[in-house]
Amino acid sequence: MDRQTYVLEARGIDKSFASVKVLSDVELHLKPGEVHALMGENGAGKSTLMKIIMGIYKSDAGEILFEGRPASIRKTSDALKLGIAMIHQELSPIPEMTVAENIFIGRETESRFAPFVNRKELNRRTQALLEAYNMAGYIHPGTPMKRLSIAQTQMIEIIKAVSYQSKVIIMDEPTSSLSEKETTELFRIIGLLKAQQVGVIYITHRMEEVFTLADRVSVFRDGKFIACKEVRDTGREELISMMVGRELSSGYPQNTAPKGDVVLEVRNFSRKGVFENVSFQVRAGEILGLAGLVGAGRSEVVRALVGYDRLEQGQIFLEGKEITVSHPKDALRHNIIMAPEDRKELGLVLCRSIRENITLQNMAKLAGKLFMKLGREKQACGEIASLVTIKMNSINDQAGRLSGGNQQKVVLAKSMLSGPKVLIMDEPTRGIDVGAKAEIYKIMVELAQKGMAIIMISSEMPELLGMSDRVVVMSAGRITGELTDMTEHAQQDILKLALGGI
Amino acid sequence: MERVKVVNLVQRFGLLMIIVIMVAGMSIVSPVFFTAGNIVNVIRQISINGILATGMTFVILTGGIDLSIGSLMAVTGVITGSLLVDGYPTFVAILAGVAASVAFGFFNGVLIAYCNLPPFIATLASTTIGRGFALVYSDGKPYTLTTPEFLAIGKGTSLGVPNPIWLLLVVVILASIILNISKFGRYVYAVGGNENATKLSGVKTRMVKMFAYVITGLLAGVAAVVLAARISSGQPTAGDGYELDAIAAVAIGGTSMSGGIGRLSGTVMGFVIIGLLSNSLTLLNVSSFYQQIVKGFIIIIAVLIDQRTKGKSN
Repeated sequence: MDRQTYVLEARGIDKSFASVKVLSDVELHLKPGEVHALMGENGAGKSTLMKIIMGIYKSDAGEILFEGRPASIRKTSDALKLGIAMIHQELSPIPEMTVAENIFIGRETESRFAPFVNRKELNRRTQALLEAYNMAGYIHPGTPMKRLSIAQTQMIEIIKAVSYQSKVIIMDEPTSSLSEKETTELFRIIGLLKAQQVGVIYITHRMEEVFTLADRVSVFRDGKFIACKEVRDTGREELISMMVGRELSSGYPQNTAPKGDVVLEVRNFSRKGVFENVSFQVRAGEILGLAGLVGAGRSEVVRALVGYDRLEQGQIFLEGKEITVSHPKDALRHNIIMAPEDRKELGLVLCRSIRENITLQNMAKLAGKLFMKLGREKQACGEIASLVTIKMNSINDQAGRLSGGNQQKVVLAKSMLSGPKVLIMDEPTRGIDVGAKAEIYKIMVELAQKGMAIIMISSEMPELLGMSDRVVVMSAGRITGELTDMTEHAQQDILKLALGGI
Repeated sequence: MERVKVVNLVQRFGLLMIIVIMVAGMSIVSPVFFTAGNIVNVIRQISINGILATGMTFVILTGGIDLSIGSLMAVTGVITGSLLVDGYPTFVAILAGVAASVAFGFFNGVLIAYCNLPPFIATLASTTIGRGFALVYSDGKPYTLTTPEFLAIGKGTSLGVPNPIWLLLVVVILASIILNISKFGRYVYAVGGNENATKLSGVKTRMVKMFAYVITGLLAGVAAVVLAARISSGQPTAGDGYELDAIAAVAIGGTSMSGGIGRLSGTVMGFVIIGLLSNSLTLLNVSSFYQQIVKGFIIIIAVLIDQRTKGKSN
């Protein structure tokens, strides 16, 4: 096929972080004037490839061709100069500045050394852009960005991309925070972009958008390119099976613990706009998986459960008795412990020692009313640290200097020492290497065998299927289903439920 | 391993070395410096800033700052002063004065921990409120103090050692116990290091932050009593700018301004260095105007050295 038919091509792209391979031999071919959907599970490598195209990451191998010629993109401004722009999921306008100022930021003047900004000229050019995209009716060049809705802010980002004469615009889940009406408006603008021969890479999890909007669709899985199809030649079932595709990977330890009584029950958890009417139970010795796409509200539910976030509505029953939890201290007293997803943000005090981090949650055991029991602290922390096999010189090492896997083990150690009845693990193996993963799985099963009830949030399908006795699926803040049978159909079922029960 | 140990040594004893060099240098240059009289004088001068800096260490470790301690000293000074002038027992006068600055510390703590005001803003506001309160209360005039047992706190000696030095010792030892082996001390470090993670670990982080400001307020009150007793006067203008020396001592001592990292022993060396510096410059007949300039540069140099040594170990 003639190369010139593509405006942007990525070929044979490899990328590893530390020793973890996140992209291997990935390709993508974008034609001018097409909307090219990019699909795949969380962690399939979509965003990483986009970041390589935008010059945010550097690929280990492979090449990127722009209009048929090899392009060297080392930083974002290189990509912009070529005519590649990206609309990120998290928009970052400067709220106090006007629409015109935001669009022309960094190029307010013709020459880099011209000292003064011609505001009138900027406003005039902005007005022309707004008119070209039929937005002049409700957005003015002089309006401060903070007055615009999320959807309008996104439109401005798109216009900004257009104003760079972009030939490729990448959109990362642009509709995730838009209403239906706003989505229609976005699609109209994408239609105008197509008419101008702009190629659009459209990352999405929403199946229906692919079929209404896209011309072609590429599917990634586990950092590999699976297939590129004409949308009219494919269907939902085929796309889902391409996204899931893999065999149930073995190598997960079997949880043979007998399932006991219900330890924890969550009833009708609601917080406006975040999650609604969420109810589930977990039994002693059971590992309950919470599945869903990023942003489905899973972390928010468990954070409310342990009293870190406010809960608007709902009840918690521990061993049949209702309890109130308004601060993590209450959860701790009731032996409900959470090992959070983000070690840096919520898990550890990185500038302090392993010992202090473990102790922080376990003062009841390791301190009297006022003072630390230093001897007991040293002994208990040493024991639990070697039990979870943290690789360290001493328990006085700074937690921030450990590897990700070892940090996660410190989080586990501090959670385990308090002897929880219910242990909540949010993405317990995110960003850690295979060896450490296996060790963490082993510990989880051991804990279940001691009669602990474990709730595991995971976005990795094999992990969910391999470790869970039962899976509850959430989508857009609601529970959309439950699976008790981890057979080969389970993956497709979970994905369907996570995508919103289509 | 070996290199790590050496760096640790430099890190831990770098400040001590600065002190040793200063003392050695001054002993050679000035005949007066290394006399018992001058040494006692230095420590006596250090005591007030030492007590303040010890309090400041707590709030800075939580990631905050307290600009109001100078004003709080004035509040304590005028209340204690007026009660003494009115003939109340020394004990009652001191208690009431210190209680007032503790109350201000509590006020700061509530604003910062529960109303989420930035510490800089909250304590800046308290600075002018406190100063204004002291001026209104005293009608702008100082209270001249004559009660002998009160003045003894600042001027007297016990077992041959000046009383302010005893007080400083007690304050530093108590603070060291709290920071190193109490639960609260652990919480102070943890909150400064990562407030969110600390909360998730079941710690009432707001309470911890609030108490840090109460401690700073308390120690501002104690320092105010020492000052009033030394100058025989409870003044509404007392303590102006004292917070700066206290913050400087903590900074020189290597405590991270964003919280979580630091030791009281560092602060102690910090205020000793500042005290030695003032004394040395005075002995060398440097005008007090120039002293301020020199002090500023010494702070920059000390903190730069400290950052470098820490940078290497990372």
